[in-house]
Amino acid sequence: MSQLLTPKAPPPSGGGSEKTLRVTRRSALRRFMTRPEVGSLVGAVIVFSLFFSIADPFRTGGAIATILYASSTIGIMAVGVALLMIGGEFDLSAGVAVITSGLAASMFAWYFAVNVWVGAAFALAVSLAIGFLNGWILVRTRLPSFLVTLSMFLMLQGLNIAITKLVTGQVSTTNIANMDGFDSARAVFASSFSVLGIDVRITVLWWLVFVAVATWVLMRTKVGNWIYAVGGNQESARAVGVPVARVKIGLFMTVGFTAWFSGMHLLFMFNTVQSGEGVGNELLYIMAAVVGGCLLTGGYGTVVGAAIGAFIYGMTRQGIVYAGWDNNWVFFFVGAMLLLAVVVNGWVRTQANKR
Amino acid sequence: MKRNTTYTALLAGTASLLLLGTACSSEGGRDTASEEGVDTPELTIAMITHEVPGDTFWDIVRAGAEDAAAKSNIDLEYASDPEAREQASLIQNAIDREVDGIAVTLSTPDVLEGAIADAEAAGIPVVAFNSGIEEWADMGVQQYFGTDEHLAGTAFGERLTEVGAQNALCVIQEQGHVALETRCSSLGEAFEGDSEVLYVDSANMPEVRSSISAKLQEDDDIDYVVTLGAPIAMTAIDAIDDAGSDAAVATFDTNSELVGAIQEGIVQWAVDQQPYLQGYLAVDSLWLYNTNGNTSGGGTEPVLTGPAFVDETNVDEIAVFAEEGTR
Repeated sequence: MSQLLTPKAPPPSGGGSEKTLRVTRRSALRRFMTRPEVGSLVGAVIVFSLFFSIADPFRTGGAIATILYASSTIGIMAVGVALLMIGGEFDLSAGVAVITSGLAASMFAWYFAVNVWVGAAFALAVSLAIGFLNGWILVRTRLPSFLVTLSMFLMLQGLNIAITKLVTGQVSTTNIANMDGFDSARAVFASSFSVLGIDVRITVLWWLVFVAVATWVLMRTKVGNWIYAVGGNQESARAVGVPVARVKIGLFMTVGFTAWFSGMHLLFMFNTVQSGEGVGNELLYIMAAVVGGCLLTGGYGTVVGAAIGAFIYGMTRQGIVYAGWDNNWVFFFVGAMLLLAVVVNGWVRTQANKR
Repeated sequence: MKRNTTYTALLAGTASLLLLGTACSSEGGRDTASEEGVDTPELTIAMITHEVPGDTFWDIVRAGAEDAAAKSNIDLEYASDPEAREQASLIQNAIDREVDGIAVTLSTPDVLEGAIADAEAAGIPVVAFNSGIEEWADMGVQQYFGTDEHLAGTAFGERLTEVGAQNALCVIQEQGHVALETRCSSLGEAFEGDSEVLYVDSANMPEVRSSISAKLQEDDDIDYVVTLGAPIAMTAIDAIDDAGSDAAVATFDTNSELVGAIQEGIVQWAVDQQPYLQGYLAVDSLWLYNTNGNTSGGGTEPVLTGPAFVDETNVDEIAVFAEEGTR
């Protein structure tokens, strides 16, 4: 694991290179201990042990499958969001963008009575366009991404409701379960498969695939180095010839892609999409990335960490229910648990770097 | 070093908070009177709703559910999430816990279809309440307790015509909520005057107040403000004052504060769907099914809990119960 993820020393380009050079001189264990996601790994073990010891149902295979599924719905988005955050930007529109994508596919297919795959292709174009627009406005105006994507978030929220109402006359899309291509699309985006007699949702598999691909890009390719460089210090990255604008726009489009995938999952899992949903989820994606060791300032973090962060959230959200704690306290505990994870994270990081 | 102690203190603090939390029991706030209870074996029932946290309506539903649970030796596990897919996860979660019954609100029937089918496959009886009157029977849900939004909206619209209203404003507090849309559209069909819809966000009351007030200033023909929830009605009263309008308020659903307002004549009437009854019957029906195999409505007909009107003629007797938070 740690060998696989060892970053190659980037070309002398400012962003983080001094750090990586130091790392290569250390022992394997030391190298492992200073990885960004180790803190979250410790946090995950603590959270898991806690629920494992107090909640009986938590110990069953079915419960683990449910938790993995809940984590994957956040985790798939956290892949794109973590990459973007390593590149030094935020995306507050990611939560509603998922719904936008599901709505676009469903209504396009229904309105024009075409195969749902055509709707899915249209939605992909829409999602990538939203990502491109976010990145393009950011690069053009030089505004902070917080403001650009906040505006996009509000605009999308309005569009979701307004256009759905215009097209269907309702506030949710029409059920498209009987349309051509629905079954094959469901097989891709929302089926489940059996592992040791337990039904696991396919999103868990996709999640792992996305994490692996994103990790490979970050650790083994030029683009990965660009992302770290842009997030670490934009100006020096530009000075050594990193195409900053293209990297940023590409990162926003990557979030667009993951939003498209999550939107397709919602649509084919549940047949309809509610236009008013998705608000607030963008913070969960950011939280998952931060718990996993990404810094809010950019230039540091890993996608594996974001995956562990999403898993911590999934365990907490579902574990509280398995443990039978009072519903009114759910979000207090979710918040406390995430805080605990972040604190452990920071503590492990300082300890490991001290030695 | 100093930084280290801060972290340790934070860690200890968070950990102790969590420990405190685990010490709280999951039971509701009532002392269960075991003396009056039954001696049937203990059952675990999961109740899953689409509550937006902090709405008084759901407190009343929960009060009914808790009372039924206390009476019948039931361990009630209540969970809620306004997002449809989270509700589906919570149902899956209840299946994993192997509960003896699931009571669920079908505000988004299509989304919950799969999870409910899984529950039935696992042999767990499912009853629906509060919303989903059109769909529950087709989904294999065995019983339904609640009202028909279309009926309630129609009754409301007819009453508006009766009192001679001309222009009604229908305030929807949760954009994208099918049941609320149905109330306003049915009301509009039955009402002979004009009605229009205003969207507000119930999670943000100051915004609700200013939106209604701005609308009333912009259109001074509006003579009735119709709200779809008791807390919104109370806010609408303030908004009417702000706007200096002389519009009257009538609402769907009640709470103790609203019953007081009807007594004082500030609110004209409320259509009551009796949330206490919905919660109570949903839990009790699962107990009956588990202990005696009964199904209310025989699996095909809904059990209606409304619509009933609360107005100056009957408000005094209801006020007694409203004080206790059960009407």
